[in-house]
Amino acid sequence: MKHFARRLKVKDNINTDYVISGRYKFKIQDPKELAKYIFEDLDPDFAARVKRGDILVAGENFGCGSSREQAPQALKWAGFYAVLAKSFARIFYRNAFNIGLMLVECNTDFIDDGDEVELDIEKGKVKVKGKGLILDAKPIPHVMKKLLEDGGVIEHFKKHGGFKFE
Amino acid sequence: MGKTIAEKILSNHAGKGLKAGDIAVCDVDFCFGQDGTSSIIIDSFKSLGVDKVFDESKFCMIIDHSAPSPNIGVSEIHKKMRAFAKTFDVGLYDIGCGVCHQLVPQKGHVTCGDLVLGADSHTCTYGAINVFSTGVGSTDLAITLASGKNWFKVPEAIKVTVTGKLPKGVYSKDVILHIIKDMGANGATYKSVEFYGQTISSLSVDARFTISNMAVEMGAKAGLMEADDKVLKWVSDRSAKIPKPVKADPDARYLSAKNYDVSKLVPQVAKPHAVDNVSDVTDLLDVKIDQAFVGTCTNGRLEDLEIAAKILKGKAVHPDVKFVIAPASKEIYLQAVRKGLVEIFVKAGCAVVGPGCGPCVGTHNGVLGDGEAAISTANRNFKGRMGNPNSFIYLASPATVAASAINGRIADPREYKNRL
Repeated sequence: MKHFARRLKVKDNINTDYVISGRYKFKIQDPKELAKYIFEDLDPDFAARVKRGDILVAGENFGCGSSREQAPQALKWAGFYAVLAKSFARIFYRNAFNIGLMLVECNTDFIDDGDEVELDIEKGKVKVKGKGLILDAKPIPHVMKKLLEDGGVIEHFKKHGGFKFE
Repeated sequence: MGKTIAEKILSNHAGKGLKAGDIAVCDVDFCFGQDGTSSIIIDSFKSLGVDKVFDESKFCMIIDHSAPSPNIGVSEIHKKMRAFAKTFDVGLYDIGCGVCHQLVPQKGHVTCGDLVLGADSHTCTYGAINVFSTGVGSTDLAITLASGKNWFKVPEAIKVTVTGKLPKGVYSKDVILHIIKDMGANGATYKSVEFYGQTISSLSVDARFTISNMAVEMGAKAGLMEADDKVLKWVSDRSAKIPKPVKADPDARYLSAKNYDVSKLVPQVAKPHAVDNVSDVTDLLDVKIDQAFVGTCTNGRLEDLEIAAKILKGKAVHPDVKFVIAPASKEIYLQAVRKGLVEIFVKAGCAVVGPGCGPCVGTHNGVLGDGEAAISTANRNFKGRMGNPNSFIYLASPATVAASAINGRIADPREYKNRL
């Protein structure tokens, strides 16, 4: 599957209120429904442009602020295959892997909206096609890889009857 | 090599010595969710397929973010929480009880040295009473609810030392806004911040909560302080649990150290739309405001209401300003009634609403109109946070908010120097 980058005009410190506003997250329980409203306060047309398999690209400290798990849930249900950012906020980072949404840390300065992006997680490489760019990704920590492999923390927990990272 | 507070508390709960960077499974002393996060906690818990919670006395839910419910969607979530509480015999603080970060320490659920998880990002608040408490998402919380455990990466620590006597009209809110301005919204991501210094020691426990509460606004996992006599008294007045105070070793290793002299600090204000976008109040005196708000887990405590009441006593809120006040808990509300603060507020023209988070998170009780500006004692001023992306939020101390509400523009509380 081909993956295309989706970027917002705002690059750094995109908080989870922006991912999904409190106007929706407090009253809508269905993540498919929430996915229609992602980033509404930053760019009301953004959600409609996202296609299944796209990769969200951001700058520093993506997902800061509120602990709302509805944020990674809504991104996952919007169709995002992964999120690429220079860095992620802590709670969002855990939440995303817990629900099986992959996050990759790399320099995102030269990735533009619409670029075709290829991820090689094993080798830790992010290829930006058409630009001849190959970027180094920070290795995904062992614990997070394990959670992703098992399909999220719930499945991990059920499979092993607790945490099993060795 | 000595250990930081975070390294010690996490080691104590892992049953083995840990240092920054280690990953370990730890026992959790208390955990909770609120009405913005509990619906997914319940769903995730049920999907784990377990038939009981790990310990009924170590979990509770709090209905505070939209309390009382402003719409049918929220009412359904509240119903689901009440039903879960009955079925699994766990505690529930319903509407009117208060804001989670006030209730969890005030009701004695946590004590010094505890390890606590909350499905709310401001769970770092109890760092002020020497608790390693941090926010997680709902599914993480559900795992702990089922097992009593979770996995932790031991954070690196930043040592922040605050010295100098706070000038009149300058409070702990101004101190933490000043620190966040310097460190930035990303300045402590994944880190534990430890606060030290004579300024911190001189503060009341209530005022210290304000500082730890906002540690997450610079990305921190925890905002820890040592337990001095004030903390031990505060905790033992409220909790039957035995405190296990934890101090850092003198040779503990810190990633960095920051020093702040606040003896000349002026009141600080965070401008739209970022918490680290901070200015001196004196640079903003021409900003007209439409709404003022005193409350929240940051500044909705009795001391905060007293500061606002002193400035408002016998005065009237500016005719163009709507002023909303929400005490952080039922007990604080009652004390404010007994002390005559509520009468001062109501006479001045404020709307005193029930304890809860509503205005801060934009669910109800003061949603802003297009183009309106609010000054608030909350901890976040993100675009749309108070319910409208076309509005503007300024964050400040209760004194600055009260003074601004009278003037109709952002005001320097030192203008009311006889009332500080």
